[in-house]
Amino acid sequence: MRNLEQLDVEHPRSLEEAVELLAAGGQAVAGGTDLVVGVRTARQTPNRLVYVGQIRELKQIVHDSQGARIGAAVSHAELFESTVADRLPILRQALSTIGGPAIRAMGTLGGNAANASPAADGLIPLYLLDTQVDIFGPDGERSVPIQSFIRGPGSPDLHPGELIRSFTVRFPRENPLSYFRKVGRRRALVIAIASLGSLVWVDGDRIRAARLALGSVAPTVLRPARVEEALVGCDLNAPALADIARQLGDETCPIDDVRASADYRRRVAGSLLLDMAEHLQ
Amino acid sequence: MKLAFELNSRPVVLDVPPGRRLLDLLRDDLGLIGTKEGCGEGECGACTVLVDGSPKLACLMLAAQLPGCSVVTVEGLAQTGELHPLQKAFIDHGAVQCGFCTPGLLMASYALLQRHPQPSRQTVRDYLAGNLCRCTGYDQVVEAVLSVSRGGQRI
Repeated sequence: MRNLEQLDVEHPRSLEEAVELLAAGGQAVAGGTDLVVGVRTARQTPNRLVYVGQIRELKQIVHDSQGARIGAAVSHAELFESTVADRLPILRQALSTIGGPAIRAMGTLGGNAANASPAADGLIPLYLLDTQVDIFGPDGERSVPIQSFIRGPGSPDLHPGELIRSFTVRFPRENPLSYFRKVGRRRALVIAIASLGSLVWVDGDRIRAARLALGSVAPTVLRPARVEEALVGCDLNAPALADIARQLGDETCPIDDVRASADYRRRVAGSLLLDMAEHLQ
Repeated sequence: MKLAFELNSRPVVLDVPPGRRLLDLLRDDLGLIGTKEGCGEGECGACTVLVDGSPKLACLMLAAQLPGCSVVTVEGLAQTGELHPLQKAFIDHGAVQCGFCTPGLLMASYALLQRHPQPSRQTVRDYLAGNLCRCTGYDQVVEAVLSVSRGGQRI
């Protein structure tokens, strides 16, 4: 087990200072819930840590009538309790399934995105809300859609010295129905075998539009574009969606791992769609 | 690094490596062995303490994250020498068996009652979901917490 105490940990006070330290080979840490375990088990081997959790710009949540900008180092618990979450029920639904209260008081969306795990519960609402990831770096600022920011498992689109500054989300129009469910062996402190979040707009019983995001069934969180299209015009009830549920399983590309087999994940993905229909109808 | 923070309402100044875990700092540097190390990777809740009023896991927090923070450990619950109402309730309801998870459960319960003085049974269960106990089966713990909230004691 590697000793964390051999690591230097820097305390930048500003974004500019943080970026200098990161460019010199540091690894950013905010809540530390994943990184501390990673270092202790030698899964991650940074030379130096840069603690960014106290930088004021990263802790802010600002919003107007159109949308919000959520600082990368805002904890899941702070975001859950914020007024922005009043406008985004899907955010509360997903955040409330992360870890337990203590993990939620520590972990951050910035950490979720930088880890780029396909199982991250916090990323599902970001995919559903067509989020832009705002990045601050030695060459200035840039923003990229979350779907291109996360290139694969553990592979965020961050150049040396760059830091996630915030997430910009737009409030969905006309308050869609929202659903989130994760399947795992426990309700708390569990990494998803499969998860589904969705925003569904309906006219009566009929689906007008739908956005789906699935966790743990592909190398990244998955927005199944063909299924989202196929849902338009369907009735929102489980029997009507049986064929599309099978199609959803086919659109995933899961792996076998310690938590579940690929085949099981494919089936669970379809079942989650039916569960969604039952819960939302 | 020179670390200044508040521990159980008293100021503390230490010279520690910035990567030292809060858990080791409490147990080995300060002799507060109430906080336990269970899994060491954030899955069991045995090391739960309060940091600036929020429950956090001492096995995942580094000294570098602590400057200026206020930390409360299980030792901070009974500072007057008398057990805290929650501690008494745990004893009265048989919520302690081997006792290893107890400090973490107490601190998580304490955090809960500070936020929700009158929690529902489901709220208690949800809030303690991050704390594993392999002895009690949890019902006694939930009863203990509910008895304190029903008793109307100020936490």
